[in-house]
Amino acid sequence: MASIGLLSLAIWIPIASGVLVLFFNAERHAPAARMVALAGALIGFAVTWPLYLNFDAAASGFQFVELKPWIESFNVNYHLGIDGISLLLILLNSLTTVLVVIAGWEVIHTRVAQYLAAFLFLSGFMNGVFCALDALLFYVFFEATLIPMFIIIGIWGGPNRVYAAMKFFLYTLAGSLLSLVALIYLYNVSQQSFSLLDYYQLPLPFHAQVLIFLAFMMAFAVKVPMWPVHTWLPDAHVEAPTGGSVVLAAVMLKLGGYGFIRLSLPILPEASQALAGFVIALSLIAVVYIGLVALVQSDMKKLIAYSSISHMGFVTLGIFIFNAHGLEGAIIQMISHGFVSGALFLCVGVLYDRLHTRQIADYGGVVNTMPVFSALFMLFAMANAGLPGTSGFVGEVLVIMGAVKASFWYAALAATTLIFGAAYTLWMYKRVIFGAVANAQVAALKDINLREFLVLGLLAAAVLVMGIYPDPFAAVLHTSVNDLLTHVAQGKLRSP
Amino acid sequence: MQYILPLWPAYPELFLLAMICVILVVDLFVSDDNRIVTYALSQAALAGCIAITFVTRGVEPTYTFSRMFVDDQMADVLKLLVYLGVMAIFVYSRAYIAARGMFRGEFFVLALTATLGMMIMISANHLLTLYLGLELLTLSLYALVALQRDSAVATEAAMKYFVLGALASGMLLYGMSMLYGATGTLEITQLSEVIFDGRSRAPVLIFALVFIVAGLGFKLGAVPFHMWVPDVYHGAPTAVTLFIGSAPKLAAFAFIIRLLVQGLGAEQLLAEWQQMLVLMAVLSLAIGNVTAIAQTNLKRMLAYSTISHMGFLLLGILSGDLGGYGSGMFYVMVYMLMNLGAFGMIMVLSRSGFEAENLDDFKGLNQRSPWCAFLMLLLMFSMAGVPPTVGFYAKLSVLQAVINAGYVWLAVVAVLFSLIGAFYYLRLVKLMYFDAPLDTAPISPGWDVRVLMSVNGLAMLVFGIAPGGLMALCLYSIQVSLSS
Repeated sequence: MASIGLLSLAIWIPIASGVLVLFFNAERHAPAARMVALAGALIGFAVTWPLYLNFDAAASGFQFVELKPWIESFNVNYHLGIDGISLLLILLNSLTTVLVVIAGWEVIHTRVAQYLAAFLFLSGFMNGVFCALDALLFYVFFEATLIPMFIIIGIWGGPNRVYAAMKFFLYTLAGSLLSLVALIYLYNVSQQSFSLLDYYQLPLPFHAQVLIFLAFMMAFAVKVPMWPVHTWLPDAHVEAPTGGSVVLAAVMLKLGGYGFIRLSLPILPEASQALAGFVIALSLIAVVYIGLVALVQSDMKKLIAYSSISHMGFVTLGIFIFNAHGLEGAIIQMISHGFVSGALFLCVGVLYDRLHTRQIADYGGVVNTMPVFSALFMLFAMANAGLPGTSGFVGEVLVIMGAVKASFWYAALAATTLIFGAAYTLWMYKRVIFGAVANAQVAALKDINLREFLVLGLLAAAVLVMGIYPDPFAAVLHTSVNDLLTHVAQGKLRSP
Repeated sequence: MQYILPLWPAYPELFLLAMICVILVVDLFVSDDNRIVTYALSQAALAGCIAITFVTRGVEPTYTFSRMFVDDQMADVLKLLVYLGVMAIFVYSRAYIAARGMFRGEFFVLALTATLGMMIMISANHLLTLYLGLELLTLSLYALVALQRDSAVATEAAMKYFVLGALASGMLLYGMSMLYGATGTLEITQLSEVIFDGRSRAPVLIFALVFIVAGLGFKLGAVPFHMWVPDVYHGAPTAVTLFIGSAPKLAAFAFIIRLLVQGLGAEQLLAEWQQMLVLMAVLSLAIGNVTAIAQTNLKRMLAYSTISHMGFLLLGILSGDLGGYGSGMFYVMVYMLMNLGAFGMIMVLSRSGFEAENLDDFKGLNQRSPWCAFLMLLLMFSMAGVPPTVGFYAKLSVLQAVINAGYVWLAVVAVLFSLIGAFYYLRLVKLMYFDAPLDTAPISPGWDVRVLMSVNGLAMLVFGIAPGGLMALCLYSIQVSLSS
């Protein structure tokens, strides 16, 4: 079959090109390193397209499956496969990698090869997480993503980067180590299997489900991040270089939501339902409280970081209301947030590269000197606020529709985001872009160049397409989402 | 005559003994300029041991010297690793000891007698053989620590090591004598039969067990018997620290397996020593990891990290089944690889008159030598147990054994402390990658060190991507050695 190995390619092409880039480590080889990295990212993106084109949206179960023994004494397999949910995230990840490589083109001058290689490794590892059907493989990729991100924040980050990098690493490691214990427990009770598909069928007593759920939740909640374990995110975002922020917001946060969907829900259906109220409460706190926190930020990156947390609250809300609208909305919201937050961080990066400040107060009247940029920034700000016609709207409205079915009050609280989101985003936009030219530096600004336009334009197109015609995205989801919901509704305890 | 036959299971030991005598004599006739001859002979002796062990390997355990000595699969695998470890130690140390006036015959002879001691420990099937091997090892180590005789710290370390080591040996002997009194035998396999049949009185046995476990704790450096570890690691010349911290741990592992598992593994005693090991393991993990954070000297930090690694090793052993012992064996092998690399790197960065043993000496290593920094990064992430490095699988297999034995809480404690441990390993990565260098001297190790360092560092990644073979080997050799 021609499809064999496509997923492996999606994982290993970025990693292999990362290794290749490292050979151009000397400063004088930087241009070559950039070209190699771009080629690697583009090929990596190209191999994900056949996945989408050959994907059978009507079939349930996993597609493009690859299965090879890996560690035989532990019965660990190199087991890959995707459904509609992972498909979209893989596409998002591979696209983001290309954009990040381009976005760092003229901006990063120190240790260029290491910078690019770190992103390529990261991209490969994250594709691995989205493809893995073996719990240990999943965990290995999940953890491996920490190393490149740690390095990215720590080397190329802002003044307080060491603190942020350490906090990022230890927070996420703390979460995932407990889930490792849970995985080993599952391995022992399932007669020595690490296969997720076996876990889906494994009958587990309720109390065990609850404990495992809490252990998994530690890992995924930190990654999402959910209130109250979100505090690493603003630090990491503010200190990370633009590319790091983009990947962090656009893809890495999705590992958490994806973990809930791939592991928590199907393996622990009863516990998921029993504890849904708890998760929903945390999600709503994130949506409302963090939305308010975002309102008072004076640093643009921090504002977008808090907005990310608030939007991710929507995702977890959508996942845990257990209906098709909610879950599909959550996934669409993940993808859309990937485009929008990535684009917003790139916009801030564009301004930061020119003025070297992220404070809102240092800007004003940018539209006078950078009209093209302002127009694009406008679109992304609107999408972040959830304006109809942009991708932000689709996910939010689906989740709210789903929430209404679950409880009116969930929906009412969730819907406040439409107000807060508009308030903080547009207020920031107004202060930065409109008004009189604030100072001489703003007056001297140059509009975006072709490279920046290319990156932002591509994302703008994605945001608009997804907002106006979301069907190509939603179509691949239906079967996977319905199967998952049926599985959760069935539960595991009723069967003897 | 039939009592000492067949002789072949002990060929590697006999060969090494002969070679040590040869080296001792040859070294007398070699001038300081040609000391490389001694070095080459030592390496050749170890290479010969590899060949002999490989040729005489067998699946079934073979006993000799009136069943005082055994050659089984576990012994073969551990011995091969000991040889490789010691060879690597010699390669790493050569430039370092040459720059410090220790490139003399004594270093190699003492290191080889220590190696012989380890081999005897690994193959012992009798309490006396076990003890003789242990003493041969530790007496050589005391002398090695004091080799730099004008250094006050080294002498102090040697003194401390000797006094505490002698105390531990005394405890061990006392425990063994009680075992003899209770069972009437010193042979390990017979010991377990007597205990298993219930022909022996329990209170004395438990009394003996306490002394033996305490003695083992001293030798391993597990809390609360760990006090000597940081001082000795810090005070000894780095080449010797590297030696103490690596290969002897393999022998210590064999010691525990022979004595506790093969000798005292009967059910009524298993539960007793399990409890003791639980306590020692948890304390080692806690004190090792927490105290390491406060260290500014890398050798001391690695000493505390060793204590915590020994805690993990004990976790594997206390789970009390073959899988657990196999995971312990895997852990100790991986530990040796990581330790070799980490101390090797300290010696690579050191040069004549300068010890790169403080954490600050690693600042900005990525700018001075990206390759060294990358290898050290792999070693540190492996020690912290972050995938995709091999350290993760070592921790995973131990945790799996622990959870399988029903100690889920112990696994949770272990992961929480390894989270604390991750902090100080990360701090070193931070110093190497995020900080500016304080020292700009070029790093130019010889080609042999360069190759070995690369192999050592990349092994973290290679075994991390494909850990299956090594894991299976450990499980298999434990199975065939212990099930008979």
